[in-house]
Amino acid sequence: MDDLLWAYQSLFYSLGTNAILALSMFSVLQLGQLSLGQAAFMGIGAYAGSLLTLKLGLPFPLVLVAAAAVPALAALVVGGPTLRLSGVHLAIATIGLGEVLRVLYINTDWVGGALGLSGIPRRTGGSTIFGLLAVLLVGFVLATRSKIGRACEAIREDEDAARVMGIDVTAYKMTALVVSAGLAGLAGALNAHFTSFISPGEYGFETAVSILSYAILGGVATPVGPVVGAFVLTLLPEVLRPLHDFRMVFNGLIIVLVVIFLPKGVLGFRARRTG
Amino acid sequence: MLAVDRLTRSFSGLVAVDDVSFRVAPHTVHALIGPNGAGKTTLFNVVSGLLAVSGGSIHFQGIDITRLSAHRCAALGMGRTFQNLRVFGEMTVLENVLTGMHPRLGEAWPWTVLRLPAARAEERAAQDKAGALLEMVGIADHARRPAADLAYGDQRRLEIARALAAEPALLLLDEPAAGMNPTETAALGELLQVLKGRGLTILLVEHDMSFVMRLSDRLTVLNFGKKIAEGAPDAIRADPEVVEAYLGPRVARRLLQEAM
Repeated sequence: MDDLLWAYQSLFYSLGTNAILALSMFSVLQLGQLSLGQAAFMGIGAYAGSLLTLKLGLPFPLVLVAAAAVPALAALVVGGPTLRLSGVHLAIATIGLGEVLRVLYINTDWVGGALGLSGIPRRTGGSTIFGLLAVLLVGFVLATRSKIGRACEAIREDEDAARVMGIDVTAYKMTALVVSAGLAGLAGALNAHFTSFISPGEYGFETAVSILSYAILGGVATPVGPVVGAFVLTLLPEVLRPLHDFRMVFNGLIIVLVVIFLPKGVLGFRARRTG
Repeated sequence: MLAVDRLTRSFSGLVAVDDVSFRVAPHTVHALIGPNGAGKTTLFNVVSGLLAVSGGSIHFQGIDITRLSAHRCAALGMGRTFQNLRVFGEMTVLENVLTGMHPRLGEAWPWTVLRLPAARAEERAAQDKAGALLEMVGIADHARRPAADLAYGDQRRLEIARALAAEPALLLLDEPAAGMNPTETAALGELLQVLKGRGLTILLVEHDMSFVMRLSDRLTVLNFGKKIAEGAPDAIRADPEVVEAYLGPRVARRLLQEAM
């Protein structure tokens, strides 16, 4: 009985952290930037947070701040050269970041090497996760409805036209990447502090694609879309448990169907911004 | 207003704009004409900051904007439209114009985001102003429709309204009459006269010669990236080099002989 409860509690927490990851993806996708570095940033946050807890014993709120700040700083460094890239090139460069970090974790004994870090104390609770999610979601909704949202949509539709409208496209892209990295790191640390174990393999390409699929399913017209997408795709494997090994096939099938029939996601309607 | 000096822009060997200098006087309509491929749009892109210069300098209202990026040029009071329509198709017509006001609206963070009263009042004022601009270009009825749904001529008008939203001192229009029927072109001409009357300076690229001749105070003619003539419409019409650039040397010679 306890096992069952624990399993479902973990699922419940995953809903929240995956929704934060979906918002992190939304932050860059709303500008039309395809980054597959979300998993890498999540990993930086998870490792930074776990190490601060394990080695320095910092209080949890401070750990969370650091877990957001470290990947945000990394995004500032990585952003310079990669933001000039777009489309497929940016996607490949950010996949590269994830792979470099994975190899780095494996070969650094200080962070647990290939075995990863275990025995991370459970510090995360439902109220922390869903409280943060609520604040972030409200923040994103308000920003989307303001002139910031308008500027982001303009950049997504036509970068040059947006520049001519006086929008500092480079600054917007950099800010979006830094925010998205910070959120991914936050989700990573939250996640690490309830699974109590992290390893280098968790933050690779597969995770990056999962995070992307939340946003694809939900659509990026509003920040609510990716959150709904994350909820659906997190619950789906549990609901489909009777299908055993075919679960992932079903998962993939849903993504393919959405891309073909609902290219703007299931919540594809636009944010109301005027009137 | 705008001073372009010895401006050069090349693309890996191809010199698209070659040592071009001209000045646009305040409150005038200045046209840039020339055959296809003469470098007019490249010149526009360099002046508006979308392309970097290869050589020369650009001054706008006495400020050196040679190395300024497009969003800085826009904030200084330069508005432009594009030759191929570049409206934000998924946004409503009104939102397109509001996007144009971006540099004139207050700091983004955190007041506008939290929708404090001052920010809301500013947003309302911006919407009223956008509505007035749509009224002026004659598409106010379509304010709430997605911009992509507009007819071609209306999308051109929307681009002009969007470019005017930031209250520019200089408006760059890249072939504003392209694809318009004679009625629409006439309406556009009237609109540009009104704008000029309000003190706006207009730099315009256009192929419709009767439109250009009627509207412009001064013309600069480009051919193969080089400036070949500059002057008032009447002088340009009679310039043998300009006629030759457009019609080729043989036809030009025949026309000149007939004229004599």
